[in-house]
Amino acid sequence: MKPLEGLVVLEFCQFLAGPSAGLKLADLGARVIKIERPVKGEACRQLSIKDLFVDDSSLLFHTINRNKESFAADLKNPEDLILIKKLIAKADIMTHNFRPGVMEKIGLDFSESLVINPKIIYGTITGYGNIGPWAKKPGQDLLLQSLSGLSWLSGRKSQGPVPFGLAVADLMCGNHFVQGILAALLKRAKTGKGVLVEVSLLESVLDAQFEAITSFLNDGGQLPERGDVKGSAHAFLSAPYGVYQTQDGFISLAMGDLLFIGNTLGVDLNKYADKQDWFTFRDEIRELLAEKLITQTSDYWLELLQKEGIWSGKVLNYEELDSQPFVDELQLKQTVQNATGEKLVTTRSPIQLDGEILTSTKAAPSVGEDNIKIHEQFLSE
Amino acid sequence: MKPLEDYLIVDFSQFLSGPSASLRLADLGARVIKIEKPGTGDICRTLYTSDLIMNGESSVFHTINRNKESFAIDFKQPEELEKLKKLLAKADVVMHNFRPGVMERVGLNYEDVKAINPNVIYGSISGFGEHPNLKDLPGQDLLLQSLTALTWLSGNQEDGPVPMGLSIVDMLAGAHLAQGILAALYRKATQNIGASVQVSMLESAFDFQFETITTFFNDGGELPVRTKTNNAHAYLGAPYGIYKTNNGYLALAMGSIPVLASLLKCEALLQFPENKFHLRDEIKNILAEHLQTQNTDFWLNILEPADIWCAGVLNYQELFAEEGFKVLDFTQKVQMLDGYSYETTRCPIKIDGEYLTSGKGSPKLGQDNEKIIKEFIAV
Repeated sequence: MKPLEGLVVLEFCQFLAGPSAGLKLADLGARVIKIERPVKGEACRQLSIKDLFVDDSSLLFHTINRNKESFAADLKNPEDLILIKKLIAKADIMTHNFRPGVMEKIGLDFSESLVINPKIIYGTITGYGNIGPWAKKPGQDLLLQSLSGLSWLSGRKSQGPVPFGLAVADLMCGNHFVQGILAALLKRAKTGKGVLVEVSLLESVLDAQFEAITSFLNDGGQLPERGDVKGSAHAFLSAPYGVYQTQDGFISLAMGDLLFIGNTLGVDLNKYADKQDWFTFRDEIRELLAEKLITQTSDYWLELLQKEGIWSGKVLNYEELDSQPFVDELQLKQTVQNATGEKLVTTRSPIQLDGEILTSTKAAPSVGEDNIKIHEQFLSE
Repeated sequence: MKPLEDYLIVDFSQFLSGPSASLRLADLGARVIKIEKPGTGDICRTLYTSDLIMNGESSVFHTINRNKESFAIDFKQPEELEKLKKLLAKADVVMHNFRPGVMERVGLNYEDVKAINPNVIYGSISGFGEHPNLKDLPGQDLLLQSLTALTWLSGNQEDGPVPMGLSIVDMLAGAHLAQGILAALYRKATQNIGASVQVSMLESAFDFQFETITTFFNDGGELPVRTKTNNAHAYLGAPYGIYKTNNGYLALAMGSIPVLASLLKCEALLQFPENKFHLRDEIKNILAEHLQTQNTDFWLNILEPADIWCAGVLNYQELFAEEGFKVLDFTQKVQMLDGYSYETTRCPIKIDGEYLTSGKGSPKLGQDNEKIIKEFIAV
């Protein structure tokens, strides 16, 4: 039995951060009901990448919202609002990522929801918290990366800021939201009272930089400085850390004993005997290694390196990754199916419990797909 | 009260992935005891980055291990193992990030711990799970980024693979382990049964890329293509990216090109009637040239009032000077037992209106041995 079985989550969240948390809770066994405006539904349904749609909703929406139900209701319509309040009375958790003030206007902020359900766990996601000059700024991932200093950690020094090519602030925040909600369940189990859980994209993307920021706070305020050689991988780490081109592709070298690695590859690095030099001269050391590594294939070098236990590996692309036998052996993919029989292949929960992977064949719902069922189960009296 | 008060977590893990999970659980209120090898301890203690040493140990160690206790014990010695088992018998959670096989060899795998503590939550992080061909590979962040194709999403088209400049896979695996442990603790609280929770860096790296990998599975297997310049997301059209200005940089997220053209008074952009995905390189080129003509504030003052999603690009010095950052009180001062104090970040989660802070710094190796022996072992 999955750990959150029996728990009901009402998800008022849109886009990525909140719904990615809802997906994790669903995969852990909770029943997640998306509360969506009638007809159009959540805004992410129309947000597509490469114009890919599964049914009326984008593949993107389907990726984030599988394993959930949908209840369509107009929060501005008083009759619908009564239904929503009845649902809140029976729910364990509700989540939203409206901008500060919106739920207050509707009459569903934490204190009002507590009146309806004294045991409700009430989770909110904001961009920048509720106070201060940034509270009303759009909570969009690239803007968060840009404001938080994150864009100075990847790529090369001469390139200027290089953002992470994924919505990392949204996704880290979604992960923290799950942690906060689960911790709140433990608190509620002790106190019997509702709990307020608040996270923000800004705090989450700063938390992801906790090492770099702690360095900054304790080294006299020095800014991180990236290397300036192609394949630089970490502003704070010494050579050989990085990606290198070979005759037929790319390999990565992680941290290790530089002199031993040099000997193994046939590169004379003996003049860098002092460990301090591995950081100070990381660019010129990495150039020397790069000159050598381009002369043979990836497999040639990896056999040599891995035989010596040196931390190294190949750089794959999605096609090469997808053809690795372990993708099927570890069941890293799953197929989900919607109510009309349409199927799609996606990833699964990364958490294993009691030796079992957590899977579900349920695809994302259409808008209001579960209204009738939810009426019968929760609202019929 | 903090949500995990009264929970005891015994943590064998080292480096970043496991310890970042136990840091989160500590901040949520749990008591975390690090089990460390006498003499050397968690290898992270000597893993220096940019050669920053604080109070004799690495800055990274201090960042990840504040708010914890340290118990130094050589559990490969049978009599020491017996002592340790007395502590494990009292734990709510036992966790580690050794490679598969290590805990079996010392006699502390899930079954072994369950025999002395039937309802224990046993958490583990590995690189690749127990897959026979992979289990002996090093579970190292850059190697996982490389293996799972994460390196083809950042940077520009001609840059080759560009890793994300943080140990992002370690942190994700840690976040997922914390989730699994918390979910299992909830089940234990309601049904009084234990659990084994396993995560791997491989699965966490897949999960992180769930949108782009699912796109690859469903678009006929096309590889992501980054833009030639100003790339911020391989799958998004112009203007999504960071642009150089006269005195800094400007981030532009989604936005209508015709609207931007008129707001920015950029005539060359007017030839693009809509956001054409396949023309994004051309659009970005024109924008890049145009935005260099004025400073960042000039553009922000035009774009922000028009509700265009944009921001300046800050470094840590600039960020720390912003009121929007200061109001968060995101840094905290912690103190070690010997009086050494340092500043670091706090937990990003707020519960019942309160930040989860703690003034307790990282432990010196074995600093809590006496107390732990008295409390759990000598009784």
